Amino acid sequence: MNEEPTKPCACEASPKKTSRRDFLLAAGFGLNAIAGALIGIPLVGYVVSSFFKPNKLSQILLGPVEDFPEGKTRFASYKNPMPREWDGQTADIPCWVRRIKGNEFQVFAINCTHLGCPVRWFEESKLFMCPCHGGAFYEDGSHAAGPPPRGLYTYEVKVENGKLFIMGGVIPNLSNQNV
Amino acid sequence: MNKLIDAARGVFLWVDDRLHISKLYESTAGHHVPQSSGSWFYVFGSATLLCFMIQVATGIMLAMVYVPSAAEAYTTLEYLTFHQYLGWFLRGVHYWGSNFMVGIMLLHMTQVFLFGAYKYPREITWITGVVLMVLTLGLAFTGQVMRFDEDAYWGLGIGVAIMGRVPFIGEQLVNMMLGGPIIASDTLSRFFALHVFVLPGGILALVSIHLRMVLTKGINEYPQPGMLVRRETYDKEYAAILKKEGVPFFPKAISKDLVAAAIVIFGIVACACLFGPKGPFGPPDPVQIDTLPRPDFYFLWIFAIAALMPDWMESVALLGGPVIIGIILFALPFFNGTGEKSWRRRPVAVMTVILTYLSLGLLTYLGHTSPWSPDMNAWKADPTPKSFIEGRSPLELQGSLVIQSMQCRNCHAIDGIGGQRGPDLADVGARLTKDQLVRQVIQGGGNMPAYGNNLSPDQVDAVVAYMVSLRTPGVAAARDSSQPGRPPME
Repeated sequence: MNEEPTKPCACEASPKKTSRRDFLLAAGFGLNAIAGALIGIPLVGYVVSSFFKPNKLSQILLGPVEDFPEGKTRFASYKNPMPREWDGQTADIPCWVRRIKGNEFQVFAINCTHLGCPVRWFEESKLFMCPCHGGAFYEDGSHAAGPPPRGLYTYEVKVENGKLFIMGGVIPNLSNQNV
Repeated sequence: MNKLIDAARGVFLWVDDRLHISKLYESTAGHHVPQSSGSWFYVFGSATLLCFMIQVATGIMLAMVYVPSAAEAYTTLEYLTFHQYLGWFLRGVHYWGSNFMVGIMLLHMTQVFLFGAYKYPREITWITGVVLMVLTLGLAFTGQVMRFDEDAYWGLGIGVAIMGRVPFIGEQLVNMMLGGPIIASDTLSRFFALHVFVLPGGILALVSIHLRMVLTKGINEYPQPGMLVRRETYDKEYAAILKKEGVPFFPKAISKDLVAAAIVIFGIVACACLFGPKGPFGPPDPVQIDTLPRPDFYFLWIFAIAALMPDWMESVALLGGPVIIGIILFALPFFNGTGEKSWRRRPVAVMTVILTYLSLGLLTYLGHTSPWSPDMNAWKADPTPKSFIEGRSPLELQGSLVIQSMQCRNCHAIDGIGGQRGPDLADVGARLTKDQLVRQVIQGGGNMPAYGNNLSPDQVDAVVAYMVSLRTPGVAAARDSSQPGRPPME
C-alpha cells in the first residue's frame, strides 16, 4: 500500500503509477461503455429494423375473374397481407382492375406516381385523374398529362382456376416500382 | 406589523439561503439587458415559447383520451370533439396553438434576421433557432397525422412518394418512416411517439441552449444604422451598452412580452372558440378515394410547388431544396457574421424577406385554391351557361354534350364554371383554328391527354364545331396565318 507522495514531486518514476482512484475511474468509464452498448445497440436495432427488413410481396386474391367484365376498368380492394389486429380501415387497400379480354388483366395501384394521391377512373373519357396536382393517365396506365414522372404502378397479375391474384403488400413509390 | 414583516423577511432569507433563489434570479430573469431591447419587436421569441407551453399542456390533456391506434384514433377524435367535456375546446386550442406557433416563430425569425441578431457572437443562438424551426415544422407535420383522417392518410402517402424519390435507400427510408411496407397501425404509433416524445423533447433541449445563449451572450441591442459589428470590438461595446443602459429583464424589460403573451392567448382562445378544431374529416379509409387530400395551412406552399415546378426538376427540388435552404440558414451567421445590423442599411436582407413572404404567401394562396387540380365533379355538376347554348346548330349542341360527358369540364371551365387546370373554353374559337382544335383534341399535348382513341371521328367533328362557335359575340373565328387569303372557317 504505497501512498502517493504528499508534496509535489519532480521525479519521473511515480506519476506513471496508476492509483486505485484512477483505476476505478477507468473501470467506471469502461463498464458504462459496455452497459451503454447493451442498451443502446438493441435500442437502435429496434428503431432501424424496419430500415433493413426487406420487402416481401404476397400473393393476394382479388376475386373470381367474372367479377371483372371484359373491356372495363373496375375498382377493387384487398386486405393488407401482413395486417395487425388494430389496423382498422387502413388494412383495406384499393386498386383499379382492368380486364382487357379473357385472362388478360392489368391491375393498377391507386397511388398516383407523382405524390401518391388516389387516382380516380373516368369510364367515359377512359382516363385516370388525380385530385392533387392534376396528373392524368390513359386506360393502360401510361402517362397522359400532368406532373407524374411515369405511368401508373402495376401489380404483377396471376390468373389461376378462374381467380385473379396480384402480388402486393408494399406501398408503391419511385424506389419500389414493382408494387 | 413590523414584527410580521421581519418574520416574513426571516423566512425568505432562510429559504433563499437554502435554495439560492436571488442568485438564480440575478443570473436568469434578472439578468441585465439593454433597455432598447424592451421593444415590441422583441416579443416574438417569448411568444413562440409560450405557444409551445400551451401545446405541451393541451397535448397532455388530449393524450389522456386519444388512442394512437389506426383502428381507434378516428373514433377517439370524434369522441374528443363531440362528447368529451370541453374536448372540442382543447382540440381547438391545440390546433390553433400550432398555427400561432408556426406563424409567430416565422415572425421571430424574420425579426432576428432583419435586426442582424444572428451576427457575432450569437451564431449558436441562430443555429439552434434553425433546428428549433425544423423541429416545430416536424411537430406540425406529425400533428397533422395525429388527426388521423383521410387527409392524414393521404398526407402520409405524399410523404412516402417524396421519400421514395431518395436515390439508393428510398425504399428503406419509406419502410422506416412507415414502420413497415405500407401505411398501417405501426405508422400511426411511430408518428405518435415522434409527436409526443421525441420532437417535444428535442425542442426542450434546444430551447435550453437557445435561452442559455441569450443569457451568456446577451440579447441583441436594438441596432442603430451605422453601428457596425466587429469581432474585435463588439464584446466591449456590448458591455458598455449594458453598463450605460442595462436594466434587469424582469421587471424592467418584460412588460411588452407580458402584453404580447396575453394577446397571443386571447388570439388562440378566440380562434378556438370561433372556428373550433379542424376536422376530423372523412375516416382514414383508403377505399374512400372520393377525397381531396390537402395538407394543413403551413405546408400548402410545398403542395403548390409540387404542382407548379417543371417536372424534370421535381425530385431534385423536393429532396435538394430543404438541404440547400438548410445549408444557407446554417451558414448565414458565418458568411454574414459582422458589419451592419440595422435593416435600414441592409437592402438585400429586406428584399430577401419581402421576396420570401411574397413567395410563401402566393404559393400558399395557390395551394389553397389549387387551380391545377381537376374539378372531379364538374362534368356532371356544372351547367353550361345559357349563352353558350343558344343559337347553336345541332352538330354544335352535340359537341357541347360530348365536352360535358367526356369530362372535359373537369379541367376546362366555360366562362369560369368548371375546372381551372386547362384554359377556359369561353373564347377558344377565337384563339385556335379548326385545324389546331382537331389536332389538340386528338393528340393532346401541353398537359392535355390525347383523346384520339376515345372519340369517334363524328364526336371530334362535333366537339370542334362547338368550340369554333365559342367566341365573344362579334369576334371572328381564329384564322390560319399560313393561308391569309382563306376566309375564317365556320
